[in-house]
Amino acid sequence: VEMSEPGMLIDIRASVPQFCNSPTMIVMVGLPARGKTYISKKLTRYLNWIGVPTKMFNVGQYRREAVKIYKNFEFFKPDNEEAMRIRKACAAAALKDVAAYFSKEQGQVAVFDATNTTRERRTVILSYAKERGYKVFFVESICDDPEIIAENIKQVKFGSPDYVDRNVDEAMEDFVQRIDCYRASYMPIDDEKDRKLSYIKIFDVGSRYLVNRVQDHIQSRIVYYLMNIHVTPRSIYLSRHGESELNLSGRIGGDSGLSPRGQKYANALAAFIHGQNIRELKVWTSHMKRTIQTAEALGVQYEQWKALNEIDAGVCEELTYEEIQQNLPQEFALRDQDKYRYRYPKGESYEDLVHRLEPVIMELERQENVLVICHQAVFRCLLAYFLDKPADELPYLRCPLHTVLKLTPIAYGCKVESFFLNIEAVNTHRERPVNVDVNRNPEDALQTVPDHI
Amino acid sequence: MNSAPVCMTNCPTLIVTVGLPARGKTYISKKLTRYLNWIGVPTREFNVGQYRRECVKIYKSFEFFRPDNEEGLKIRRQCASAALNDVRQYLTEEGGQVAVFDATNTTRERRETIIQFAEQNGFKVFFVESVCEDPDVIQENIVVSLGSPDYTNCNTEEAVEDFMKRIKCYENSYETLDEVLDRDLSYIKIMDVGQRYLVNRVLDHIQSRIVYYLMNIHITPRSIYLCRHGESELNVNGRIGGDSGLTPRGKEFGKKLSQFILEQGISDLKVWTSQMKRTIQTAEALNVPYEQWKVLNEIDAGVCEEMMYEEIQDHYPLEFALRDQDKYRYRYPKGESYEDLVQRLEPVIMELERQENVLVVCHQAVMRCLLAYFLDKTAEELPYLKCPLHTVLKLTPVAYGCKVESISLNVDAVDTHRERPEVGITHTHTHTHTHTHTHTHGTTELHCASAKCTIMQRITSWNEQVYCKASLLLRLLFEGIFRLLLYRTAEAMKGRRSELNLRRCDKAFVHGAHALPGELSRCPCKAKALKT
Repeated sequence: VEMSEPGMLIDIRASVPQFCNSPTMIVMVGLPARGKTYISKKLTRYLNWIGVPTKMFNVGQYRREAVKIYKNFEFFKPDNEEAMRIRKACAAAALKDVAAYFSKEQGQVAVFDATNTTRERRTVILSYAKERGYKVFFVESICDDPEIIAENIKQVKFGSPDYVDRNVDEAMEDFVQRIDCYRASYMPIDDEKDRKLSYIKIFDVGSRYLVNRVQDHIQSRIVYYLMNIHVTPRSIYLSRHGESELNLSGRIGGDSGLSPRGQKYANALAAFIHGQNIRELKVWTSHMKRTIQTAEALGVQYEQWKALNEIDAGVCEELTYEEIQQNLPQEFALRDQDKYRYRYPKGESYEDLVHRLEPVIMELERQENVLVICHQAVFRCLLAYFLDKPADELPYLRCPLHTVLKLTPIAYGCKVESFFLNIEAVNTHRERPVNVDVNRNPEDALQTVPDHI
Repeated sequence: MNSAPVCMTNCPTLIVTVGLPARGKTYISKKLTRYLNWIGVPTREFNVGQYRRECVKIYKSFEFFRPDNEEGLKIRRQCASAALNDVRQYLTEEGGQVAVFDATNTTRERRETIIQFAEQNGFKVFFVESVCEDPDVIQENIVVSLGSPDYTNCNTEEAVEDFMKRIKCYENSYETLDEVLDRDLSYIKIMDVGQRYLVNRVLDHIQSRIVYYLMNIHITPRSIYLCRHGESELNVNGRIGGDSGLTPRGKEFGKKLSQFILEQGISDLKVWTSQMKRTIQTAEALNVPYEQWKVLNEIDAGVCEEMMYEEIQDHYPLEFALRDQDKYRYRYPKGESYEDLVQRLEPVIMELERQENVLVVCHQAVMRCLLAYFLDKTAEELPYLKCPLHTVLKLTPVAYGCKVESISLNVDAVDTHRERPEVGITHTHTHTHTHTHTHTHGTTELHCASAKCTIMQRITSWNEQVYCKASLLLRLLFEGIFRLLLYRTAEAMKGRRSELNLRRCDKAFVHGAHALPGELSRCPCKAKALKT
């Protein structure tokens, strides 16, 4: 790409026609410790969960492959020619892998996670994308609050492979100098010169945003998501309703009330929540009796979400697995073959569930401390989002009754604490049987059905 | 600048527009108001220009707006105050949730007044500033403004000239929202009709939704085509719901639709259907790529799926009557309500806003919801909008609203529209009403939905049969018993209705697109019990 003036890009016209479902490259921009990798990972997790195949490419990883041992910040000095060569090569290698991901692996979105602080580097990426018909969307994180930066460094950098055998103070000092290496050549996205580009600038961890030229649906969703996430410390508590009458008889779905043990759980849950001493806890339930009855025992205000209702089993509502096997053996087998995508006749699939839970996830991101009282399939979908579980694992995640999961975001992921509240309940978890063939015999089909009355 | 006051999550929100004339403020205000009301957030706009027109009956010229026109300034300040007063009343006494204060609000001083007003009353403030220097866009906008009552007696040239001078009056004192000076305010700055946005300090869910909506709308000319699937087998049998295929006439419609679309010569038309056979079969006839949306599926009639109205009357007379009482909120047992439908259609609306030319092939209830959004119909009107089969509605946004063209493709079909019968579940027994709904091809008659009606008819015809004096006494006796039965049915229905109310009450706690987190205390029934 030729420069007509220093720092001025010629209007880029796509040489490859851009279809609306052309792959998208999300390119991070920003100094170290500005939350780029945090945003990249979170965004990747969200997009995959809603069904958009996304992969993250962290150039730092490539550098670690190339330069086995990290000595110190000197590697990042702008006059270190050797290092510059390696870093350029790493970026190029990552771009190649992005191309492979799009063309060979049917990827839809690639998140290119690196500092990309110079206009030159961004131009390279833009022309690479233009040649191949990829759309580019920049996400720049700008932050000058020293406290936030220090916190970021503490949370994620000390654990990085680069600093594995250094003490905290040394690491901090080295990292600060590393940031300085970038600072001199940092050219933020310019609102005038770069006005033809599509980007979002995030200021001070979300206090302010500048959004320019959103091109399509996926970029609009990304912007919406980025504007709803925050980094305030908080915890999300997930729990199922107390054991229900239909649970006891091994029947799925329906809208029954709590069994006596379920009622006991509701009381235990109230005690547990009280003991946790949570600041300003929001409580959410579904529209179904069993979650509402569970929440009632807490004695606090709660909100009912229709979207949190259990998966609709259509014609199989209130049947036992044995009855489903007897009446609809083929459906039963098809479900075992692809539990995520299988849709009950006149009902829903896990895939449909994820779609209807998306507003719940968005609101969970906006909120702080929340207790969600829901159902097995719904729980699995929410858990898969927080723990980044893929679609084939999602329907088999273990979510036993009478157990509270406490999720606390930390570093790049989520800490999970499991609390069983010591009240017995039936097991409702059905593993995938070995034989999923449509013509299997009933014993094989019912092999993994949990015990019930 | 003081920081935003501490506010509870469900305090009312005051949206304040900012910008020179002809920057699209009223367009945005009206659109936003329409959207928020559709998703169930009671919203009203307050256009200060209206107040000024009330005050100064005849608009003479731009001179009124000159910054040195003391008299003019006084009147304008009064108008702003009057409008704010009405805002206060709407938000505190009339159950409003959001008020859109539509005026130029171009000086920091004016905005400060509004902020203080909001603080005193416990309202959150969110500014929406529209900044635009593109002369073409401004020109287009001025044409819309010229439709205002101010210019009814001017010719176009005069009007444009006057309007340009009016804009000039504001320009010198215009203080745009500043990144530094106004950093503690919550606002979105829309630049060049949506090329760029600056978003500062979004405080809560409703502001986040407003920002998302504003970032998805555009003003590129386009048309939205709404139609139902072709006539289906179940339609012809007078049955609701289900997933049947098209009749021969339905298929004929598909072909005619294909022709129609070709004739329209639409560039880049997107075609959307639901995941039900009848819409898919209709789209197949078009021979173009189409997208299937599950959320475009017809309203789920739960236990009433695939029943005829007569069967519903027979098996669930109470439910049938309750539905007629409040068709918008009534939820079929194990099914959905129109209110649920609106919530699940919200992503469709959002995507329709983003897109340009789209043809949506859907179903009766779904089409009613979409139409209500575009034509700003209330929840009461929505379930009774007429959406006949084999008719395409072409919606073209124009000025502040939507032009609607109804094009019947001249293929016969049954009429599936059921008007609201006159139903009264009251204590008086004298209310009788028969309502017939005939299918164009058959002779089945449908009697009134109200169970009470049917009983009354039975009484009348029974009375006819009894003739002699002795049996007159008997007749009176039996009448008495029937009236008692009627009374008890009415009582039972009342009980059922309060159950429905409870169901409705619970909905006040419900999070949907329409009820916001923290909306707990909005429920009138439990408002006392749960004081916030």
